[in-house]
Amino acid sequence: MASKLNMVSAINSALGSEMERDRRIVILGEDVGREGGVFRVTDGLQARFGAVRVVDTPLAESAIMGVSLGLAAAGMIPVPEIQFEGFLHLALDQISNQIGRLRTRSRGRWGLSMVLRVPWGGGIHAPELHSESPETLLVHAPGLIVVTPSNPYDAKGLLISALRLGEPVVFCEPKRIYRAVKAEVPEGDYTVPIGRAAVAAEGKDLTIVAWGAMVREALKAAEELETEGFSVEVVDLRTLSPMDSATVVESVRKTGRLVVAHEAPRTLGLGAELAARVAEEALTSLLAPIERVTGFDTVMPLAQLEEHYLPGHRRIMAGARKALAA
Amino acid sequence: MAKGMYFERFDPTKGESLQILDPEGRLNEDLRPDLPGQRILELYERMSVMRLADQTALNLQREGRMGTYAPFYGQEASQASAAFLGPSDWLVPTYRETGALFLRGVPLQSLLRYWMGDERGMRVPEGMRVLPIQIVIGSQTLHAVGLAWAMMLQGEKSAAVAYFGDGASSQGDVHEAMNFAGVLKTPVVFVCQNNQFAISMPRSGQTAAATIAQRASSYGFPGLLIDGNDLLAVAGAMNEALAAARSGGGPRLIEMLTYRIGPHTTSDDPSKYRTAAEVDVQKPFDPLLRLRRYLGAKGLWNDGAEAAILAKARAEISAAVAAAEAMPPAPVSDMFDYTYRVLPPYLERQKSEYASFLKDEASRGGRHGF
Repeated sequence: MASKLNMVSAINSALGSEMERDRRIVILGEDVGREGGVFRVTDGLQARFGAVRVVDTPLAESAIMGVSLGLAAAGMIPVPEIQFEGFLHLALDQISNQIGRLRTRSRGRWGLSMVLRVPWGGGIHAPELHSESPETLLVHAPGLIVVTPSNPYDAKGLLISALRLGEPVVFCEPKRIYRAVKAEVPEGDYTVPIGRAAVAAEGKDLTIVAWGAMVREALKAAEELETEGFSVEVVDLRTLSPMDSATVVESVRKTGRLVVAHEAPRTLGLGAELAARVAEEALTSLLAPIERVTGFDTVMPLAQLEEHYLPGHRRIMAGARKALAA
Repeated sequence: MAKGMYFERFDPTKGESLQILDPEGRLNEDLRPDLPGQRILELYERMSVMRLADQTALNLQREGRMGTYAPFYGQEASQASAAFLGPSDWLVPTYRETGALFLRGVPLQSLLRYWMGDERGMRVPEGMRVLPIQIVIGSQTLHAVGLAWAMMLQGEKSAAVAYFGDGASSQGDVHEAMNFAGVLKTPVVFVCQNNQFAISMPRSGQTAAATIAQRASSYGFPGLLIDGNDLLAVAGAMNEALAAARSGGGPRLIEMLTYRIGPHTTSDDPSKYRTAAEVDVQKPFDPLLRLRRYLGAKGLWNDGAEAAILAKARAEISAAVAAAEAMPPAPVSDMFDYTYRVLPPYLERQKSEYASFLKDEASRGGRHGF
């Protein structure tokens, strides 16, 4: 059985079915229980599993992550939520210095099973610090797995994989596509592999790499470039760390041209790492300089200028045309 | 009442709290602060404008003319605490201090611009000691301690006022701010507007302690719990705390117990976590209602005066809305220009490349200008 679900419902469905299966899973965070989360992602779960397993915590991001480390080290599977990515920074010591490093620091004695869920990125006209894409901070921290889905099917399958992985996973949820599309999502459980990119569209003239909400923009750009006579391949990275650059390199060997598109600022955005890896492994296959279509190295603006900051399909097309002209 | 008596007389660790004007508008003469009737009337008028501005902002959001907004309906007396700062005191606000900022003198049209998604609204007028609205919960309390410390170092007899809420009291930064303030004896007044909700979480879920005010004693400075819907208690507490801070007496914590009648923000649906009946219980404690009763009994207010106040308020607010909406949108360059004192070359390039992109888009029928 499958039904048409948006990403919010797909994530809710994954949490519900895994909580049925595994009593070690507990959800904790601000407003996740009675309110069902500010985006309603955990809606109904407290009624279903009780206030002991779906816990409204005091307002303290560092505490939410710090106690999650303790819960996980003692054998629970915490699913903490940080309400918006802008508030991750309050918990960076716990996430990066503590959670990411415990396996190493205990010489393998404690790996942590947990999934930190956090809404990600711009495009919903939200207030300040509710629209950023700080994935570089997480990918730069050794020991963390970082995942971001681009559609409801992957959201459920990746989250189930994350809950069973036995690693600390940060699950970045692109909030602007939370409810934007519905897709067929199986009612039962299934997994989508972590650490593997997906080819979202096949092509032979140019590769566009994107993740999260930017995959839709990349696919739209590919479709329009098709009408201009170009065949474009779109790679959805899906897991940001560890990064599946092999799939990207393989695609570039075929197309010879690469555009990387992301919302995060350009400098040290993941586009930089992808460009470096492609240069290391497939430099001789490149027919044009690599193009990065990204957010700017500025503060993410408030709603009125937001659409200028976010690279939409038109900017991706401009980058693609430049690569195709070379 | 003699100066310097509120903090000594009302001990939050013993469950004591300060109320001077009760919900019926009856004044406790014994506790009366130094605030003439005309000044009370003037503040009542500003609180009325504030309330109407808050409702207007909510309506603008509902009509799609403004972005997400955090209303302060019910907290007008606590917001009026800003009226007791002197020009050289610092005000360090959160996103719910629209009323306080308005009283401080930040133009209403700037505040509206900010909530309309235009960061130019964040720039306060020259010479005004106000930091930009804080979005992250609790972080600003540390900034206030730093401002206060600087004033000590610079030999200024002024104070910094840090606003935060009951939710923020759970954040590590707020603990750290109070601890630093206690150790350094900085002239800072911590104003906790306990509106009893952090989105869906009631105050009882934030801390197992009976009050937030009682924490002050563990940091080594006085704390006071007051009725945050009582303008006279706000006045008395603020004047005493500011005087102490400015004269080398170190920090103070005031917990203003109030109630958030409206939603957390316009994105919030309170029916998920509280009943309308719960909110109705709070309505008789309205901060404006008791002032009307008090001023009415004194012959300083009547229905005719109210009509005049509201008519004036409507005109003031309409003018601010019109000015905010008439302002042309910010140029795209605004996004780049404040990042650094001097734009580094690579950012200059991002800016010019984007300008060329928009020009090229325009030639393809696009709609943006730089």
